[in-house]
Order: sequence, then C-alpha cells, then structure tokens
Amino acid sequence: MSRTLGWAGAALAVLIAAPWVADQYQTILLAYGLVMAIAALGFNLLLGYTGLLSFGHSAYFGVGAYAVAMMVKYLGVTSMELHLVGAVVASVLVTAVFGIACVRYTRIFFGILTMALSQVLWSLAFKFFWVTGGTDGLRVPTPTLLGVVTGKGDKIAFLSHAYYYYVLAIFVLCVALMWVIVNSPFGRALQAIRDNETRAQFVGIPIWRYRWVAFMLSGVFTGLAGALWVPLNGLTTPDILHWTFSGKIVFMAVLGGFRTFVGPVVGAVVYNYLESWAVGYTVYWQLFLGVILVVLVLSLPTGIVGTAERLWSRWRTPAQPAEVPR
Amino acid sequence: MDIVLIHVFNALLYASVLFLIAGGLSLIYGVMRIVNLAHGNLYAFGAYVSAWIIGWLSTSVAAGEAARGAPTAVLLALLPAGALAAAAAGALLEPTLLRPFYKRAEEYQLLVTFGLLMIIDDVIRFLWGPYPLSASVIFENFGSVGIGDTLYPTYNFLVIGVGALAAIFLWAFIYRTRFGVVLRATSQDMRMSSALGVNVNRVYVQAFTLGCFMAGLGGAIIVPSQSAVLGMGVDALILSFIVVVIGGLGSLEGALLGALIVGVVREAGITWFPEVELAVLYLMAAAVLLVRPAGLFGRA
Repeated sequence: MSRTLGWAGAALAVLIAAPWVADQYQTILLAYGLVMAIAALGFNLLLGYTGLLSFGHSAYFGVGAYAVAMMVKYLGVTSMELHLVGAVVASVLVTAVFGIACVRYTRIFFGILTMALSQVLWSLAFKFFWVTGGTDGLRVPTPTLLGVVTGKGDKIAFLSHAYYYYVLAIFVLCVALMWVIVNSPFGRALQAIRDNETRAQFVGIPIWRYRWVAFMLSGVFTGLAGALWVPLNGLTTPDILHWTFSGKIVFMAVLGGFRTFVGPVVGAVVYNYLESWAVGYTVYWQLFLGVILVVLVLSLPTGIVGTAERLWSRWRTPAQPAEVPR
Repeated sequence: MDIVLIHVFNALLYASVLFLIAGGLSLIYGVMRIVNLAHGNLYAFGAYVSAWIIGWLSTSVAAGEAARGAPTAVLLALLPAGALAAAAAGALLEPTLLRPFYKRAEEYQLLVTFGLLMIIDDVIRFLWGPYPLSASVIFENFGSVGIGDTLYPTYNFLVIGVGALAAIFLWAFIYRTRFGVVLRATSQDMRMSSALGVNVNRVYVQAFTLGCFMAGLGGAIIVPSQSAVLGMGVDALILSFIVVVIGGLGSLEGALLGALIVGVVREAGITWFPEVELAVLYLMAAAVLLVRPAGLFGRA
C-alpha cells in the first residue's frame, strides 16, 4: 500500500511540475492525455472489472461534450462547474436508459448493442444539423473556471496553465473515486460477476442491477471526460460519437493493460502522444497505430503496465532471500 | 405506380449489395465465431481494385488503342477482379493474423480486427490516394430503361441479379455440396468435426476466403454506379452489422432477410424520413437484439 502511494505521489509531483518544465504545446497535449485517461478509467470499470467490452463509449463521451456545447449555445452558460454538472446529469440519463437495454447481455452481443446505440446518437448529431451543427459541429468558447478565471486574452496560456491544473485536479479526484469504487464491496462484487456469473448469482448478487450501476458509473466518468475535452478542442463534432472513437478508447485501455488499475490511465496518455506524433509525422498514421495494435494484442496482451509489472517482478525475484524452510 | 416500382427496385438494389457484404460477415462468424471489424474494408478494397482496373482500361493511353473503348462485355468480365483480390487478401490474412486468436478471449479478436481495419484503410489510401475512383463507364454504357415516365438505370438490374444469383449459389453450395456439409459440421462443432478427420484449419481458410470474396464482389458490382471513396468500408460495416443483428449472426437466411428489411427501410427512410433514417435502422437493430438476442434466424 505504501509503495502504491509512493508511486502515486511521484506521478502527481511530475504532473504538477509539468507546466513549469514542458512548453505550452506539451502541456496541452498532456491535458488531452489526462482527459482521455478519465474516459479510459471509466471504460475499464466495465472491461477490466465487470468483464463487459463496450464498443459504444463514444456515446457517453459525446453526450458530455454535446451537453456542454448545448449549454453554451442555448443557455449561455459559461461556468465550467455548471458544464460539468450538466454533463454528469446528461450522461446519467443516457447511460441509465442504454444500460437497462445492455446489461442483460454479455460478450459479443453486449459489444454490438452498445455500438448500435452509440451509432443512434451519432446519426442524430450528424443529421439534425440545425440543432447540433451537423459535421461543422458546435463552437465552444473558453469557459470560466470557479467563477473567476477566464480565458480572455491569451487562450493558449489559459489552456496550458489554469485549465491544465483544473483538469489535473478533476483527474486526481476521479482516480481516487475510482480506486474507492473498485476496492469497495461493490467493486469486489463486480469482479465476482466477471469471473463467474453463475456463482455470483448464487451468492446473492443481483447481477443485472450491479452491472447497470457499473454501466452508469462508467458512462458518467466518460461523459465527464467529454465535458473537459470540449474547451481544449474548442469544438464538438459528430466524430467523437462515431463508433471508431469507441475503438480508440478500447485501444487505450488495452495499450496500458486493462487487467490493472492504472493501465488505462497510462495507456490513454501514451496513446495520445503516439497519435499526435504519428499524425504530425505521416499521413498514414492509422497504419502505424493499426500495426501497433496488432503487434500489441499478438505479443503483449497485458499491455504496458502488465508487461512492466512482469519484468519488474522477474528482476526482483533473484534479489530476494530464499524462503526459510519451516 | 411507377414510383412504387422504382422504390422497390432501389430497395432490392440496396438489399443485394448488403446481402453480399453481410452474408460474408455472417458466414465468417457462423464458421469461426469471429466478428471481423475489417470486413467493410475488404468490401472497399474490392471496389477500389475493380474501379482501378476498369478506369485504367477505359481511359489510359498506356493501355493502347486496342483496349481503349474496350467493349462493355470485356469490362464487365474484368469487374470481378475486385472480388478475387479481396478473396486473396482474405486467404492471406486468416492464417497469419486471425489463427492465433481463436483460442483467446473475444476482446482480443475484436481488437486485432480493429487494428486490421485501420491498416487496410491506410493501405487503400496509400495505393490509390485520397481521391474517389470510379468505373462509371460501365454504368453509362448500360444506358437506361423507361419505367412509366421515368428513366431507370439498366445497370441496377444487373446488381440485383448478381445479388439474387449469389444467394442461390450460396444456398446450393452450403446445402447441396460436400464442402457445404463439412462447413456446416465445423460450424456446429469444431472439435467433433476435427476428430472425424476434417482439416479445420483448411475449412477456416476457405470460409474466410469465401466471406471476403462476397464482400469484394459487393464492392466490385457497386463501383460502376457509385465511386469508391475512403470511409466507404466503415459505413458498410455498420450497415451490415444492422443486417446480421436483425437476421441473426451466423445465419445466411437471416442475412438475406435482414438485407431485404434494411433495404426497404433505407429506401423508405430516404423518401419519407431522411433525418432519422439511420437512427431508425440502429434502433431496429437494438430492438431486435432486445427481443431476440440471437436475431430472427439465429441460434443462441
């Protein structure tokens, strides 16, 4: 436990120091990474802890983002805190409805159902252009943080400093909250459902209701990430609702290692760097990422964190003293 | 009345192409229990190969005077090249990339095909660039027929015919040939048929190749009437997902029925409710999943 806290403290120190060390571009990139890390963290509550592979998390990300964009456009709200509340409310509503439909299924049917439902939202955002702006999307100006800090003037400085710390604070809160969730009796029950559904049922766990709550929690984390993403991007487009965006979130979780708690977080930050590097380097960035994904699932299915843990324990084992026979 | 007839033909046109793509997807799932997310891209690959060959023959100076203005029959005979190319790609991909995944969790199978989707997308972009590719010369040479007061492209009838023929051949292939028996046995119980001496690996390659051939054929026959564009694969994949979810994953009868339903709803949607056309299709798929998770024809 103390070593976990040590690692977390070191990582937090690096994240806090980042805007003072790295340049503005790097810091904003890191902010994107942290936002996606929240989404992947939420996603992994379903994949890693409940054993359900959702191919529809773009829906909740998009709902969060569009909730913010609509609040700005139709209600004139500029407060980031209200945006977050709005995004949470919207994603609770959507995930509650979608969840009722989805939690009865597992495996491939769950994946296809979540994908179909997310595509419903995508096609609505795509076709109802007089509400959502269609493919042009909706522009979102920089919000007001805590009622005082605004992005008036230098937008880049705002995003790479005040907004970065805002994202970081919410990221830390989300990680802490998720840690509590997965280590609570509720989280243990989810893992029991993942490992053996029938046995979990015999123990008296109401499987569908637990899955439904997990589905909502997962979607709300992702929706929150969508809301935080909007000011960074300045624009919401239907792309983030398309099922290929869900594929990206799955990619992140697997890249980091979905069997571990921090895997998706690491995966999201690394993926974000990989993608922006590849996009800047070549037009064939999809090919590059596709090859990485294929090689990853072929040879390193436990992801970055899983592989690192294995190497670490292999390196540590010879150094430990031999067990004293009793 | 004429309008109704044209709507019916359009619905059948969509249904034919959708059946070819979704039928392939369903066949592959039925035999090897793998959902190939890159299936739509193989359809796009077929379309690009056909459009490339037809376009080169009908316009390029390099092809020489003999080939310039090649008769429609020659061009038509070359059209299935896309299907063969997609089949070849399938025969190459299954043993190399998919075979290691049959014993592993579904998540990994989906992910490896998702990676494949990204790769094929960019391979197409690399080979043919970002611009649309068309083979419209065939479409134009076919001319049109009058239905009442309106003109309807004759080529569309060919597409409908190919779709219908493919359905009949596939049915005969699976229910009336020795290979079909082996295929169905492997699909029912892979271990048992392996114990009875069936070379399961070979059946898998053949089934995957056949599925890819169908997708490529869908792309090849559609490309004279609409250009091959980037992103056509992902769109087609989603539509064929709807088809197989409605009909039942792994069932060819289901794919046929699903393709007909989706074809009719699309045609009706484009005419009467264009804004929610896609949403209605996705909601239909979701509704079928809720009522009959295995689809109308599927087995759980």
